[in-house]
Amino acid sequence: MSHVSEDKVKQLADMLRLAVTEEEATRYTEHLNKMVEYVKCLEEVDTDGVEPMTHAIELKNVMRDDEPKQWITQEQALKNAPDHENGQFRVPAILD
Amino acid sequence: MTINNHSIKDIETMLHNNEITVKDLVESSLNRIKEVDDRVKAFITVDEENALKKAEQLDQNPNKDAKLFGIPGAIKDNIVTKGLRTTCGSQFLSNFTDPLYDATVVDKLHKAEAITVGKLNMDEFAMGSTTENSSYQITHNPWHLDHVPGGSSGGSAAAVAAGEVLFSLGTDTGGSIRQPAAFCGVVGMKPTYGRVSRFGAVAFASSLDQVGPITRTVEDNARILEVISGRDKMDMTSAHEDVPAFSEGLTGDVKGLKIAVPKEYLSEAVDPEVKEAVMNALKLYESLGATWEEVSLPHSKYAAAVYYIISSGEASANLARFDGVRYGVRSEKAKNMLDMFRFSRSEGFGDEVKKRMFLGAYALSSGNYEVYYKKAQQVRTLIKQDFDNVFANYDVIMGPTTPTPAFKIGEKNFDPMVVYARDVTTVPINLAGVPAISVPCGFSKEGLPFGLQIIGKHFAEQTIYRVAHAFEQATDFHKTLPQLGGAQ
Repeated sequence: MSHVSEDKVKQLADMLRLAVTEEEATRYTEHLNKMVEYVKCLEEVDTDGVEPMTHAIELKNVMRDDEPKQWITQEQALKNAPDHENGQFRVPAILD
Repeated sequence: MTINNHSIKDIETMLHNNEITVKDLVESSLNRIKEVDDRVKAFITVDEENALKKAEQLDQNPNKDAKLFGIPGAIKDNIVTKGLRTTCGSQFLSNFTDPLYDATVVDKLHKAEAITVGKLNMDEFAMGSTTENSSYQITHNPWHLDHVPGGSSGGSAAAVAAGEVLFSLGTDTGGSIRQPAAFCGVVGMKPTYGRVSRFGAVAFASSLDQVGPITRTVEDNARILEVISGRDKMDMTSAHEDVPAFSEGLTGDVKGLKIAVPKEYLSEAVDPEVKEAVMNALKLYESLGATWEEVSLPHSKYAAAVYYIISSGEASANLARFDGVRYGVRSEKAKNMLDMFRFSRSEGFGDEVKKRMFLGAYALSSGNYEVYYKKAQQVRTLIKQDFDNVFANYDVIMGPTTPTPAFKIGEKNFDPMVVYARDVTTVPINLAGVPAISVPCGFSKEGLPFGLQIIGKHFAEQTIYRVAHAFEQATDFHKTLPQLGGAQ
Protein backbone atom coordinates (compact mmCIF):
# COMPACT_ATOMS: atom_id res chain seq x y z
CA MET A 1 0.00 0.00 0.00
CA SER A 2 1.35 3.39 -0.95
CA HIS A 3 0.77 6.40 1.29
CA VAL A 4 3.62 8.61 0.15
CA SER A 5 4.62 9.36 -3.44
CA GLU A 6 8.15 9.69 -4.71
CA ASP A 7 7.43 13.34 -5.50
CA LYS A 8 6.49 13.94 -1.88
CA VAL A 9 9.80 12.37 -0.80
CA LYS A 10 11.70 14.67 -3.17
CA GLN A 11 9.83 17.60 -1.68
CA LEU A 12 10.76 16.43 1.83
CA ALA A 13 14.38 16.03 0.70
CA ASP A 14 14.29 19.63 -0.41
CA MET A 15 13.00 20.77 2.98
CA LEU A 16 15.61 18.61 4.74
CA ARG A 17 18.35 20.08 2.54
CA LEU A 18 19.32 16.63 1.30
CA ALA A 19 20.37 15.91 -2.28
CA VAL A 20 18.92 12.55 -3.36
CA THR A 21 19.49 10.54 -6.52
CA GLU A 22 16.57 8.88 -8.34
CA GLU A 23 17.59 5.52 -6.88
CA GLU A 24 17.67 6.98 -3.36
CA ALA A 25 14.31 8.68 -3.82
CA THR A 26 12.79 5.30 -4.76
CA ARG A 27 14.42 3.57 -1.82
CA TYR A 28 13.47 6.21 0.76
CA THR A 29 9.91 6.29 -0.60
CA GLU A 30 9.66 2.54 -0.14
CA HIS A 31 10.99 2.72 3.40
CA LEU A 32 8.82 5.68 4.37
CA ASN A 33 5.73 3.86 3.12
CA LYS A 34 6.58 0.85 5.27
CA MET A 35 7.00 3.04 8.33
CA VAL A 36 3.78 4.96 7.66
CA GLU A 37 1.94 1.67 7.22
CA TYR A 38 3.36 0.48 10.54
CA VAL A 39 2.50 3.59 12.54
CA LYS A 40 -1.09 3.41 11.24
CA CYS A 41 -1.70 1.04 14.18
CA LEU A 42 -2.11 4.16 16.31
CA GLU A 43 -5.42 4.84 14.55
CA GLU A 44 -7.06 2.09 16.59
CA VAL A 45 -6.30 3.88 19.88
CA ASP A 46 -9.10 6.08 21.20
CA THR A 47 -7.44 9.37 22.07
CA ASP A 48 -10.53 11.56 22.31
CA GLY A 49 -9.93 14.16 24.98
CA VAL A 50 -6.41 12.88 25.75
CA GLU A 51 -3.86 15.64 26.23
CA PRO A 52 -0.77 15.34 24.04
CA MET A 53 2.37 14.71 26.11
CA THR A 54 5.21 17.03 25.20
CA HIS A 55 7.51 16.32 28.12
CA ALA A 56 8.45 13.33 30.22
CA ILE A 57 8.42 15.12 33.54
CA GLU A 58 6.47 18.11 34.79
CA LEU A 59 8.35 21.24 33.98
CA LYS A 60 7.73 24.76 35.05
CA ASN A 61 8.84 27.68 32.98
CA VAL A 62 12.25 28.65 34.26
CA MET A 63 13.53 32.20 34.05
CA ARG A 64 17.15 33.10 34.30
CA ASP A 65 18.90 36.42 34.67
CA ASP A 66 19.65 38.02 31.35
CA GLU A 67 23.30 38.78 31.91
CA PRO A 68 25.95 39.16 29.24
CA LYS A 69 28.86 36.80 29.73
CA GLN A 70 31.98 35.70 27.93
CA TRP A 71 31.20 32.45 26.14
CA ILE A 72 33.54 31.78 23.25
CA THR A 73 35.79 34.10 21.33
CA GLN A 74 35.52 34.76 17.61
CA GLU A 75 38.72 32.82 17.11
CA GLN A 76 37.33 29.81 18.99
CA ALA A 77 34.06 29.95 17.07
CA LEU A 78 36.00 29.58 13.83
CA LYS A 79 38.28 26.81 15.04
CA ASN A 80 36.23 23.88 13.75
CA ALA A 81 34.88 25.59 10.63
CA PRO A 82 35.71 24.02 7.25
CA ASP A 83 36.39 27.47 5.78
CA HIS A 84 36.82 30.97 7.16
CA GLU A 85 38.35 34.30 6.20
CA ASN A 86 38.91 37.61 8.00
CA GLY A 87 37.34 36.31 11.17
CA GLN A 88 34.15 35.16 9.45
CA PHE A 89 32.70 31.89 8.18
CA ARG A 90 33.22 31.62 4.45
CA VAL A 91 30.57 29.95 2.25
CA PRO A 92 30.14 29.58 -1.54
CA ALA A 93 28.14 32.16 -3.45
CA ILE A 94 24.62 32.61 -2.14
CA LEU A 95 23.44 33.56 -5.63
CA ASP A 96 24.80 31.80 -8.70
CA MET B 1 48.20 -4.34 38.05
CA THR B 2 44.95 -5.03 36.19
CA ILE B 3 41.76 -3.07 36.59
CA ASN B 4 39.27 -5.45 35.12
CA ASN B 5 38.45 -7.42 38.25
CA HIS B 6 38.25 -4.52 40.69
CA SER B 7 35.45 -2.25 41.76
CA ILE B 8 35.88 1.49 42.11
CA LYS B 9 35.73 1.00 45.89
CA ASP B 10 38.60 -1.55 45.78
CA ILE B 11 40.67 0.81 43.70
CA GLU B 12 39.95 3.68 46.06
CA THR B 13 41.27 1.60 48.99
CA MET B 14 44.37 0.59 47.05
CA LEU B 15 45.09 4.22 46.14
CA HIS B 16 44.47 5.33 49.69
CA ASN B 17 46.92 2.76 51.07
CA ASN B 18 49.47 3.76 48.43
CA GLU B 19 49.49 0.22 47.01
CA ILE B 20 49.12 1.69 43.53
CA THR B 21 49.48 5.08 41.90
CA VAL B 22 47.03 6.79 39.57
CA LYS B 23 49.62 6.33 36.84
CA ASP B 24 49.61 2.54 37.41
CA LEU B 25 45.86 2.64 37.14
CA VAL B 26 45.72 4.65 33.93
CA GLU B 27 48.55 2.63 32.39
CA SER B 28 46.71 -0.59 33.15
CA SER B 29 43.64 0.80 31.39
CA LEU B 30 45.72 1.89 28.37
CA ASN B 31 47.54 -1.47 28.31
CA ARG B 32 44.27 -3.36 28.36
CA ILE B 33 43.05 -1.21 25.45
CA LYS B 34 46.23 -2.10 23.53
CA GLU B 35 45.76 -5.75 24.42
CA VAL B 36 42.13 -6.23 23.39
CA ASP B 37 40.77 -3.27 21.45
CA ASP B 38 42.00 -4.42 18.07
CA ARG B 39 39.47 -7.24 18.55
CA VAL B 40 36.71 -5.44 20.48
CA LYS B 41 36.98 -2.07 18.65
CA ALA B 42 35.15 -0.13 21.34
CA PHE B 43 37.22 3.04 21.01
CA ILE B 44 37.11 5.61 18.21
CA THR B 45 39.71 7.80 19.95
CA VAL B 46 42.19 6.99 22.73
CA ASP B 47 43.70 10.02 24.46
CA GLU B 48 46.80 8.39 25.92
CA GLU B 49 48.85 11.55 26.23
CA ASN B 50 46.37 13.62 28.22
CA ALA B 51 45.25 10.67 30.35
CA LEU B 52 48.85 10.01 31.45
CA LYS B 53 49.52 13.69 31.99
CA LYS B 54 46.45 13.98 34.20
CA ALA B 55 47.47 10.81 36.11
CA GLU B 56 50.87 12.29 36.89
CA GLN B 57 49.26 15.52 38.05
CA LEU B 58 46.97 13.61 40.41
CA ASP B 59 49.85 11.57 41.79
CA GLN B 60 51.78 14.75 42.53
CA ASN B 61 48.81 16.58 43.91
CA PRO B 62 46.49 14.02 45.42
CA ASN B 63 42.94 14.91 46.41
CA LYS B 64 41.94 11.49 47.58
CA ASP B 65 38.60 12.71 48.88
CA ALA B 66 37.43 13.41 45.36
CA LYS B 67 34.65 10.96 44.57
CA LEU B 68 36.31 9.42 41.52
CA PHE B 69 39.93 10.16 42.25
CA GLY B 70 42.06 8.76 39.42
CA ILE B 71 39.35 6.44 38.08
CA PRO B 72 39.78 5.82 34.32
CA GLY B 73 36.60 6.03 32.27
CA ALA B 74 35.54 6.66 28.69
CA ILE B 75 32.78 8.66 27.04
CA LYS B 76 30.34 7.85 24.25
CA ASP B 77 31.33 9.85 21.20
CA ASN B 78 28.15 11.95 21.11
CA ILE B 79 29.09 13.71 24.35
CA VAL B 80 31.38 16.66 23.72
CA THR B 81 34.83 16.75 25.27
CA LYS B 82 36.90 19.92 25.15
CA GLY B 83 39.78 19.59 22.69
CA LEU B 84 39.05 15.88 22.15
CA ARG B 85 37.50 14.80 18.85
CA THR B 86 33.76 14.10 19.07
CA THR B 87 32.29 12.33 16.03
CA CYS B 88 28.83 11.01 17.00
CA GLY B 89 29.91 7.91 15.06
CA SER B 90 29.44 9.94 11.88
CA GLN B 91 31.85 10.76 9.08
CA PHE B 92 30.11 14.16 9.00
CA LEU B 93 32.00 15.06 12.20
CA SER B 94 35.27 13.29 11.40
CA ASN B 95 37.02 16.68 11.46
CA PHE B 96 35.39 17.92 14.67
CA THR B 97 38.69 17.66 16.50
CA ASP B 98 38.47 20.66 18.74
CA PRO B 99 35.17 20.96 20.67
CA LEU B 100 35.17 24.19 22.65
CA TYR B 101 33.76 22.95 25.94
CA ASP B 102 33.10 19.87 28.02
CA ALA B 103 29.56 18.59 28.37
CA THR B 104 28.28 19.16 31.92
CA VAL B 105 28.55 15.41 32.67
CA VAL B 106 32.20 15.38 31.58
CA ASP B 107 32.94 18.52 33.55
CA LYS B 108 31.41 16.89 36.64
CA LEU B 109 33.45 13.71 36.17
CA HIS B 110 36.63 15.74 35.84
CA LYS B 111 35.81 17.82 38.93
CA ALA B 112 35.50 14.48 40.78
CA GLU B 113 39.03 13.72 39.40
CA ALA B 114 38.01 10.90 37.06
CA ILE B 115 40.28 10.51 34.02
CA THR B 116 38.93 10.32 30.48
CA VAL B 117 40.98 7.84 28.45
CA GLY B 118 39.00 8.09 25.23
CA LYS B 119 35.81 8.24 23.17
CA LEU B 120 33.61 5.27 22.38
CA ASN B 121 32.03 3.90 19.24
CA MET B 122 28.29 4.16 18.61
CA ASP B 123 25.63 3.93 15.94
CA GLU B 124 25.69 7.14 13.92
CA PHE B 125 23.95 9.90 15.91
CA ALA B 126 22.76 7.14 18.28
CA MET B 127 20.36 5.73 15.68
CA GLY B 128 20.58 1.96 15.81
CA SER B 129 20.79 -0.93 18.21
CA THR B 130 23.89 -2.88 17.11
CA THR B 131 26.77 -0.36 16.72
CA GLU B 132 27.17 -1.74 13.18
CA ASN B 133 25.80 1.57 11.98
CA SER B 134 28.95 3.57 12.77
CA SER B 135 30.98 5.34 10.08
CA TYR B 136 34.19 4.15 11.76
CA GLN B 137 34.10 0.49 12.76
CA ILE B 138 31.95 -2.35 13.99
CA THR B 139 32.30 -3.00 17.72
CA HIS B 140 32.43 -6.66 18.75
CA ASN B 141 30.76 -8.23 21.77
CA PRO B 142 33.57 -9.17 24.21
CA TRP B 143 31.74 -12.40 25.13
CA HIS B 144 31.52 -13.61 21.53
CA LEU B 145 33.44 -11.57 19.03
CA ASP B 146 31.18 -12.56 16.13
CA HIS B 147 28.18 -11.03 17.95
CA VAL B 148 27.10 -7.40 18.24
CA PRO B 149 27.52 -5.52 21.52
CA GLY B 150 24.07 -3.94 21.06
CA GLY B 151 23.64 -0.23 20.63
CA SER B 152 23.63 2.53 20.19
CA SER B 153 26.03 2.76 23.20
CA GLY B 154 27.77 -0.46 22.07
CA GLY B 155 31.29 0.91 22.51
CA SER B 156 30.40 2.08 26.04
CA ALA B 157 29.13 -1.37 27.11
CA ALA B 158 31.88 -3.34 25.34
CA ALA B 159 34.71 -1.21 26.82
CA VAL B 160 33.50 -1.90 30.37
CA ALA B 161 32.83 -5.60 29.71
CA ALA B 162 36.30 -6.02 28.18
CA GLY B 163 37.91 -4.43 31.25
CA GLU B 164 39.34 -1.50 29.30
CA VAL B 165 37.87 1.12 31.66
CA LEU B 166 36.11 1.05 35.03
CA PHE B 167 33.12 3.00 33.78
CA SER B 168 31.71 4.65 30.70
CA LEU B 169 28.94 7.06 29.85
CA GLY B 170 26.28 6.24 27.29
CA THR B 171 23.09 7.89 26.11
CA ASP B 172 19.65 6.27 26.04
CA THR B 173 16.82 7.52 23.80
CA GLY B 174 14.94 4.23 23.35
CA GLY B 175 17.11 1.63 25.10
CA SER B 176 20.62 2.61 23.99
CA ILE B 177 22.24 2.16 27.42
CA ARG B 178 20.21 -0.76 28.78
CA GLN B 179 20.17 -3.01 25.71
CA PRO B 180 23.97 -2.98 25.13
CA ALA B 181 24.51 -3.36 28.90
CA ALA B 182 22.33 -6.50 28.78
CA PHE B 183 24.13 -7.83 25.68
CA CYS B 184 27.56 -7.25 27.24
CA GLY B 185 26.78 -8.49 30.77
CA VAL B 186 27.31 -5.15 32.53
CA VAL B 187 25.21 -2.70 34.54
CA GLY B 188 23.58 0.16 32.62
CA MET B 189 21.31 2.87 34.02
CA LYS B 190 18.94 5.16 32.15
CA PRO B 191 18.12 7.82 34.73
CA THR B 192 14.82 9.69 35.05
CA TYR B 193 14.41 12.25 32.29
CA GLY B 194 15.86 15.47 33.73
CA ARG B 195 18.02 13.77 36.37
CA VAL B 196 21.20 14.33 34.35
CA SER B 197 22.05 17.42 32.33
CA ARG B 198 21.96 17.00 28.55
CA PHE B 199 24.15 20.06 27.96
CA GLY B 200 26.87 18.94 25.58
CA ALA B 201 25.20 15.63 24.73
CA VAL B 202 24.51 15.95 21.00
CA ALA B 203 20.73 15.88 20.72
CA PHE B 204 18.94 13.02 18.97
CA ALA B 205 15.41 13.30 20.44
CA SER B 206 15.38 15.99 23.10
CA SER B 207 12.27 14.85 24.97
CA LEU B 208 13.67 11.29 25.35
CA ASP B 209 17.50 11.50 25.56
CA GLN B 210 19.27 10.85 28.86
CA VAL B 211 22.93 10.34 29.68
CA GLY B 212 23.73 7.47 32.07
CA PRO B 213 26.55 5.29 33.43
CA ILE B 214 27.69 1.80 32.42
CA THR B 215 29.80 -0.13 34.95
CA ARG B 216 30.57 -3.67 36.04
CA THR B 217 28.77 -3.41 39.40
CA VAL B 218 25.68 -1.68 40.78
CA GLU B 219 27.64 0.16 43.44
CA ASP B 220 30.04 1.60 40.86
CA ASN B 221 27.08 2.67 38.78
CA ALA B 222 25.44 4.44 41.72
CA ARG B 223 28.68 6.32 42.38
CA ILE B 224 28.95 7.60 38.84
CA LEU B 225 25.31 8.69 38.72
CA GLU B 226 25.79 10.53 42.01
CA VAL B 227 28.56 12.55 40.41
CA ILE B 228 26.88 13.38 37.09
CA SER B 229 23.34 14.12 38.34
CA GLY B 230 21.73 17.39 39.27
CA ARG B 231 20.21 20.61 38.10
CA ASP B 232 22.24 22.42 35.46
CA LYS B 233 21.39 25.94 34.47
CA MET B 234 22.74 25.16 30.99
CA ASP B 235 19.94 22.59 30.48
CA MET B 236 16.52 24.09 31.07
CA THR B 237 14.97 20.60 31.16
CA SER B 238 17.21 19.36 33.95
CA ALA B 239 15.21 18.79 37.11
CA HIS B 240 15.25 20.79 40.35
CA GLU B 241 15.54 17.61 42.41
CA ASP B 242 17.94 16.79 45.20
CA VAL B 243 20.49 14.12 44.37
CA PRO B 244 20.61 11.44 47.08
CA ALA B 245 23.86 9.58 47.79
CA PHE B 246 22.76 6.61 45.68
CA SER B 247 25.76 4.46 46.63
CA GLU B 248 25.00 4.82 50.32
CA GLY B 249 21.53 3.33 50.12
CA LEU B 250 22.61 -0.17 49.13
CA THR B 251 21.30 -1.97 52.18
CA GLY B 252 20.49 -5.30 50.57
CA ASP B 253 17.03 -5.06 52.09
CA VAL B 254 14.11 -5.84 49.78
CA LYS B 255 11.68 -7.17 52.43
CA GLY B 256 8.14 -6.17 51.60
CA LEU B 257 9.12 -4.89 48.14
CA LYS B 258 6.21 -5.12 45.69
CA ILE B 259 7.30 -6.11 42.20
CA ALA B 260 5.08 -5.83 39.11
CA VAL B 261 5.82 -8.01 36.07
CA PRO B 262 4.06 -6.82 32.90
CA LYS B 263 2.75 -9.69 30.83
CA GLU B 264 3.63 -7.68 27.70
CA TYR B 265 7.35 -8.02 28.60
CA LEU B 266 7.19 -11.83 28.71
CA SER B 267 5.37 -12.50 25.45
CA GLU B 268 5.94 -15.56 23.26
CA ALA B 269 8.66 -13.70 21.37
CA VAL B 270 10.89 -13.84 24.46
CA ASP B 271 13.60 -16.49 24.25
CA PRO B 272 12.83 -19.36 26.70
CA GLU B 273 16.29 -19.12 28.26
CA VAL B 274 15.78 -15.39 28.90
CA LYS B 275 12.35 -16.04 30.39
CA GLU B 276 13.80 -18.69 32.68
CA ALA B 277 16.53 -16.31 33.87
CA VAL B 278 13.90 -13.67 34.69
CA MET B 279 11.71 -16.20 36.53
CA ASN B 280 14.73 -17.32 38.53
CA ALA B 281 15.43 -13.70 39.44
CA LEU B 282 11.84 -13.29 40.65
CA LYS B 283 12.15 -16.44 42.77
CA LEU B 284 15.33 -15.06 44.28
CA TYR B 285 13.55 -11.82 45.18
CA GLU B 286 10.77 -13.86 46.79
CA SER B 287 13.36 -15.68 48.89
CA LEU B 288 14.66 -12.26 50.00
CA GLY B 289 11.21 -11.22 51.20
CA ALA B 290 9.76 -9.46 48.15
CA THR B 291 6.50 -10.35 46.38
CA TRP B 292 5.63 -10.18 42.71
CA GLU B 293 2.47 -10.19 40.60
CA GLU B 294 1.68 -10.08 36.94
CA VAL B 295 0.29 -6.77 35.68
CA SER B 296 -0.52 -5.21 32.32
CA LEU B 297 0.85 -2.13 30.55
CA PRO B 298 -1.84 -2.29 27.86
CA HIS B 299 -0.50 0.44 25.56
CA SER B 300 2.99 -1.11 25.30
CA LYS B 301 2.26 -2.47 21.85
CA TYR B 302 1.91 1.06 20.49
CA ALA B 303 5.16 2.28 22.05
CA ALA B 304 7.36 1.52 19.05
CA ALA B 305 5.09 3.46 16.65
CA VAL B 306 4.90 6.39 19.06
CA TYR B 307 8.66 6.27 19.54
CA TYR B 308 9.47 6.28 15.83
CA ILE B 309 7.23 9.27 15.14
CA ILE B 310 8.35 11.37 18.11
CA SER B 311 12.05 10.53 18.04
CA SER B 312 12.31 10.94 14.27
CA GLY B 313 10.39 14.21 14.37
CA GLU B 314 12.69 15.61 17.02
CA ALA B 315 15.75 14.25 15.20
CA SER B 316 14.82 15.86 11.89
CA ALA B 317 14.74 19.22 13.68
CA ASN B 318 17.86 18.62 15.81
CA LEU B 319 19.98 17.53 12.86
CA ALA B 320 19.25 20.77 11.01
CA ARG B 321 22.27 22.27 12.77
CA PHE B 322 24.68 20.20 10.69
CA ASP B 323 25.19 22.49 7.75
CA GLY B 324 28.90 22.30 6.88
CA VAL B 325 29.48 25.91 7.95
CA ARG B 326 30.50 26.01 11.63
CA TYR B 327 31.80 22.45 12.01
CA GLY B 328 31.69 19.15 10.16
CA VAL B 329 32.84 18.12 6.70
CA ARG B 330 31.81 20.34 3.80
CA SER B 331 31.17 18.82 0.39
CA GLU B 332 33.75 19.76 -2.22
CA LYS B 333 31.18 19.66 -4.99
CA ALA B 334 29.04 22.66 -4.11
CA LYS B 335 29.17 25.81 -6.25
CA ASN B 336 26.53 27.74 -4.31
CA MET B 337 25.37 27.86 -0.72
CA LEU B 338 22.17 25.85 -1.11
CA ASP B 339 24.09 23.04 -2.78
CA MET B 340 26.68 23.25 -0.03
CA PHE B 341 23.97 22.39 2.50
CA ARG B 342 22.44 19.69 0.32
CA PHE B 343 25.66 17.97 -0.73
CA SER B 344 27.35 18.25 2.66
CA ARG B 345 24.34 16.71 4.38
CA SER B 346 23.88 13.99 1.75
CA GLU B 347 27.52 12.98 1.91
CA GLY B 348 27.78 13.45 5.68
CA PHE B 349 24.74 11.58 6.98
CA GLY B 350 24.40 7.81 6.66
CA ASP B 351 21.40 5.88 5.37
CA GLU B 352 19.67 5.16 8.70
CA VAL B 353 19.91 8.79 9.75
CA LYS B 354 18.34 9.91 6.48
CA LYS B 355 15.50 7.37 6.78
CA ARG B 356 14.61 8.77 10.18
CA MET B 357 14.82 12.36 8.95
CA PHE B 358 12.35 11.55 6.17
CA LEU B 359 9.91 9.96 8.62
CA GLY B 360 10.29 12.86 11.03
CA ALA B 361 9.82 15.53 8.37
CA TYR B 362 6.83 13.65 6.97
CA ALA B 363 5.15 13.31 10.38
CA LEU B 364 5.68 17.00 11.09
CA SER B 365 4.75 18.37 7.69
CA SER B 366 1.57 20.40 7.33
CA GLY B 367 -1.52 18.24 7.02
CA ASN B 368 0.21 15.34 8.76
CA TYR B 369 0.96 16.90 12.10
CA GLU B 370 -2.44 16.12 13.64
CA VAL B 371 -2.66 12.65 12.11
CA TYR B 372 0.78 11.45 13.16
CA TYR B 373 2.69 13.70 15.52
CA LYS B 374 -0.12 14.90 17.77
CA LYS B 375 -1.65 11.42 17.76
CA ALA B 376 1.68 9.95 18.88
CA GLN B 377 1.92 12.51 21.68
CA GLN B 378 -1.57 11.57 22.84
CA VAL B 379 -0.77 7.86 22.87
CA ARG B 380 2.43 8.76 24.76
CA THR B 381 0.18 10.18 27.50
CA LEU B 382 -1.65 6.83 27.67
CA ILE B 383 1.65 4.93 27.86
CA LYS B 384 2.76 7.11 30.76
CA GLN B 385 -0.61 6.57 32.48
CA ASP B 386 -0.07 2.79 32.23
CA PHE B 387 3.07 3.24 34.33
CA ASP B 388 1.32 5.61 36.78
CA ASN B 389 -1.43 3.03 37.30
CA VAL B 390 1.02 0.22 38.05
CA PHE B 391 3.22 2.39 40.27
CA ALA B 392 0.17 3.32 42.37
CA ASN B 393 0.33 -0.23 43.75
CA TYR B 394 3.89 -1.46 43.21
CA ASP B 395 7.42 -0.28 44.00
CA VAL B 396 9.24 -1.49 40.88
CA ILE B 397 8.50 -3.11 37.53
CA MET B 398 10.68 -5.99 36.31
CA GLY B 399 11.20 -7.96 33.14
CA PRO B 400 13.89 -8.89 30.67
CA THR B 401 15.90 -5.94 29.29
CA THR B 402 15.85 -7.63 25.87
CA PRO B 403 13.87 -10.64 24.64
CA THR B 404 16.99 -12.38 23.29
CA PRO B 405 20.73 -12.34 23.89
CA ALA B 406 23.02 -10.53 21.41
CA PHE B 407 22.59 -11.46 17.75
CA LYS B 408 25.32 -12.12 15.23
CA ILE B 409 27.08 -9.33 13.37
CA GLY B 410 25.48 -8.90 9.93
CA GLU B 411 22.28 -10.72 10.91
CA LYS B 412 19.95 -8.19 9.35
CA ASN B 413 16.86 -10.27 8.74
CA PHE B 414 15.12 -10.09 12.04
CA ASP B 415 11.87 -11.82 12.75
CA PRO B 416 9.40 -8.87 12.93
CA MET B 417 7.90 -10.39 16.08
CA VAL B 418 11.30 -10.23 17.77
CA VAL B 419 11.90 -6.67 16.62
CA TYR B 420 8.53 -5.71 18.08
CA ALA B 421 9.24 -7.52 21.35
CA ARG B 422 12.62 -5.81 21.54
CA ASP B 423 11.15 -2.34 21.38
CA VAL B 424 8.38 -3.24 23.82
CA THR B 425 10.77 -3.75 26.73
CA THR B 426 12.88 -0.61 26.33
CA VAL B 427 11.09 2.18 24.42
CA PRO B 428 8.08 2.76 26.76
CA ILE B 429 10.47 3.63 29.59
CA ASN B 430 11.87 6.61 27.67
CA LEU B 431 8.39 7.71 26.59
CA ALA B 432 7.23 7.70 30.23
CA GLY B 433 10.50 9.32 31.37
CA VAL B 434 10.98 6.82 34.21
CA PRO B 435 14.38 5.43 35.28
CA ALA B 436 15.47 1.84 34.59
CA ILE B 437 18.56 -0.28 35.06
CA SER B 438 19.80 -3.44 33.38
CA VAL B 439 21.74 -5.89 35.58
CA PRO B 440 23.28 -9.21 34.47
CA CYS B 441 20.92 -12.11 35.27
CA GLY B 442 22.28 -15.13 33.40
CA PHE B 443 23.96 -16.59 30.34
CA SER B 444 22.73 -18.53 27.32
CA LYS B 445 24.11 -22.00 26.51
CA GLU B 446 26.42 -20.20 24.09
CA GLY B 447 27.73 -18.02 26.92
CA LEU B 448 25.98 -14.78 25.95
CA PRO B 449 24.72 -12.60 28.83
CA PHE B 450 21.10 -11.63 29.65
CA GLY B 451 19.89 -8.55 31.50
CA LEU B 452 17.20 -8.10 34.11
CA GLN B 453 15.49 -4.73 33.79
CA ILE B 454 14.29 -2.95 36.92
CA ILE B 455 12.10 0.10 36.33
CA GLY B 456 11.22 2.64 39.03
CA LYS B 457 9.04 5.66 39.59
CA HIS B 458 10.23 9.10 38.48
CA PHE B 459 13.36 10.02 40.47
CA ALA B 460 13.37 6.66 42.34
CA GLU B 461 16.88 5.71 41.22
CA GLN B 462 17.79 5.03 44.83
CA THR B 463 15.14 2.30 45.08
CA ILE B 464 16.29 0.81 41.77
CA TYR B 465 19.91 0.69 42.92
CA ARG B 466 18.97 -0.90 46.25
CA VAL B 467 16.87 -3.56 44.52
CA ALA B 468 19.49 -4.23 41.82
CA HIS B 469 22.27 -4.41 44.39
CA ALA B 470 20.36 -6.98 46.50
CA PHE B 471 20.10 -9.20 43.41
CA GLU B 472 23.73 -8.72 42.45
CA GLN B 473 24.94 -9.61 45.95
CA ALA B 474 22.92 -12.82 45.89
CA THR B 475 24.25 -13.90 42.47
CA ASP B 476 27.61 -14.39 40.74
CA PHE B 477 26.82 -13.24 37.20
CA HIS B 478 28.78 -9.99 37.56
CA LYS B 479 31.88 -11.90 38.68
CA THR B 480 32.27 -13.79 35.41
CA LEU B 481 34.49 -12.04 32.87
CA PRO B 482 34.59 -12.54 29.10
CA GLN B 483 37.48 -14.72 27.93
CA LEU B 484 39.48 -12.26 25.89
CA GLY B 485 42.81 -13.52 27.11
CA GLY B 486 45.53 -11.38 28.61
CA ALA B 487 45.66 -10.39 32.23
CA GLN B 488 42.27 -11.02 33.81
